[in-house]
Amino acid sequence: MTAPLIEFRNVSKRFGSLTVLDRITLQIYEAEATTIIGLSGSGKSVLLKHIIGLLKPDEGEILYKGKALSELDKSEMSNYYAQISYMFQGNALFDSMTVYDNIALPLVEKTRLKKKEINRRVMARIEQSELIDAAEKYPSELSGGMQKRVALARALVTDPKIVLFDEPTTGQDPVRKNIILSMIAEYQRKFGFTAIMVSHAIPDVYFISNRILALYDHKIVFQGTPEELEDFEHPFKEEVIHSLEGLKEELTGLYSRRQFKIRYYNELKRKPFQEPYVIAVFSILDLELLSEHFGHETVQVMIRCMGRYIDDHFGSAGGFSNRYGTNEFVTMLPYSDLAEAEEILNNFVEDIQNRGVRDICEMTQEQPSFEDGFTLIVMAGLEQGQQDTTIDAVVNSARNNIREIARLRFGKSEAGNEKISS
Amino acid sequence: MTSVTEKKERTGKAQTTLLLKLANPFAAFGRGVINIINDLGAAAVFLLLAFIKIFHPKQLPKIIQQVYFIGARSVTIVILVGLFTGMVLGLQSYYALVKFGAEGALGTLVALSLIRELGPVLTALMITARAGSAITAEIGILRISEQIDALYTMQIDPVRFLVSPRIMASLISFPLLTAIFDLIGILGGYLSGVVLLGVNAGTYYYRVQSSVEMKDITDGFIKAIVFAVIVSMISCFQGYFAHMRKESHGAKAVGYATTSAVVLSSVLVLVSDYIVTSLLL
Repeated sequence: MTAPLIEFRNVSKRFGSLTVLDRITLQIYEAEATTIIGLSGSGKSVLLKHIIGLLKPDEGEILYKGKALSELDKSEMSNYYAQISYMFQGNALFDSMTVYDNIALPLVEKTRLKKKEINRRVMARIEQSELIDAAEKYPSELSGGMQKRVALARALVTDPKIVLFDEPTTGQDPVRKNIILSMIAEYQRKFGFTAIMVSHAIPDVYFISNRILALYDHKIVFQGTPEELEDFEHPFKEEVIHSLEGLKEELTGLYSRRQFKIRYYNELKRKPFQEPYVIAVFSILDLELLSEHFGHETVQVMIRCMGRYIDDHFGSAGGFSNRYGTNEFVTMLPYSDLAEAEEILNNFVEDIQNRGVRDICEMTQEQPSFEDGFTLIVMAGLEQGQQDTTIDAVVNSARNNIREIARLRFGKSEAGNEKISS
Repeated sequence: MTSVTEKKERTGKAQTTLLLKLANPFAAFGRGVINIINDLGAAAVFLLLAFIKIFHPKQLPKIIQQVYFIGARSVTIVILVGLFTGMVLGLQSYYALVKFGAEGALGTLVALSLIRELGPVLTALMITARAGSAITAEIGILRISEQIDALYTMQIDPVRFLVSPRIMASLISFPLLTAIFDLIGILGGYLSGVVLLGVNAGTYYYRVQSSVEMKDITDGFIKAIVFAVIVSMISCFQGYFAHMRKESHGAKAVGYATTSAVVLSSVLVLVSDYIVTSLLL
């Protein structure tokens, strides 16, 4: 087992008579995305502020690479803090400075870089964050989503090793929320930093997190992967996860994973024994490339459209679906056999060929220019299930059967869309 | 037997309660004194840290920016107040002096009053009203909107970044603005005394020149520097710790901090004026 990068050992924090953190013990691992979830006012931000040193624990120890922060000498402490960036819940942008100056501030004040180099780095971040037109504007002239992107760009401009995100998606609509999360995920993969995030965006945040920490009743009650959280039995799940999760995922309008599983098992109970059903797995390839070409918004709209197309087609045949991963959807067709499922799949392919790119373009606020052209590959796999097999086993078998079903052509000739049918 | 013991206990409790009630005003006074001493200590440390950090390599642009805000942008108001102060001083002094046939001493009276007393004090009060309140409000808003915390997380020392340039800019601006105030005030006295009331122009200037010594000017500048420290330190301190005010939070706390900064600065300017004057005389 790898040693944790940051570790809390029996950390307590009180404000007067109010205990906010009660003997918390947790581990955060290097280069992973860790998300802290919990109800509002449960002490998540307080926990983050302990990592950056804005608050000190009343009891217990915080360790960095196995060494207690209280034992670090001044230069070690300075090195530790220099590796961390913090993205505030309210962005904390300097409203008397332009976007450019806000992003440049840590470089201007804390490094000896030349003006030219600072400009190069800042402009690179501005371009990555799609803020070119806003560079000379003041934060008050920007929308909430753009302010978040500025705060994100400022947090990343120093190439930190650890980035703390305090509720980065608060107050955003479903598309914007997922754009911000996908930007964080993309940057985390690209730059390899350790991301520690406080979020209420369940289940969206599962798609980008390696580990989840659950803060409940001033204690950490769960540490593990999002998949492990599925099997976690605790009052936390009823009170927090279910209340935050909702019945359907906001972005796609599909069932949440929990609701999907509940319905899946209910359908199995209802069905006569040995009567088959079909599981379909859909996957969209090269979303990262699409993001690079046309921005995060296009990707999120693509995911939203795909969720709707799947629901429209398979829902009319009694099917129900769920977003299983960042670019993966799973559908159960409880009343269909494999042959019927193939037929529905063919109709589905026809439809996405005709509507796909056009709908996505209409829904994207900033019209992407398709001068270069870009091809997105849609894959699908079907598998017939039986009542005695688990959902994960059937999904895995469907994944094994996955094949290319369509190519969506983003570019000068939409007519170039190709149908690849079985 | 039991009832006697209970009675004694009740009497004892009543006496203790009475004593506590009697002690309450003393306790409140003691708490007040401790709070004042705490605040003074904190302000002294704050000021010391801000002074040390003035000499950081990247401070010059920020100091120039603050000199522009505190100094250059206060010039108009200082000229206006200086002109009318000099004019009213000339007017009032003329009617007082003419009773003794000593209107020729108008230049002496106007110049010495302005250079030694009115110039530094009124300039400090004007800057307190214009720039001191703005400094407190700006730093207070930075505090409540977590921008000071953001500086801390970026490893940028907030005292160095926000406070030191303002204190240094005040140290530069106050004496310069006082000099402008004095000069314009003397011209104001000329306008009312010479142009309007007919005092001889040569006598007025001769009296100004002959009665003002270098020590008067130096003392005026010493006062301006003392006031600069007081006003800038109080304005920055009140804004920086706006979030720790007990009576309110958020925007209201910034409002209270701004009022406190203006009132406290004005009172301390006048109190310290007396102290400095008695030390310099």
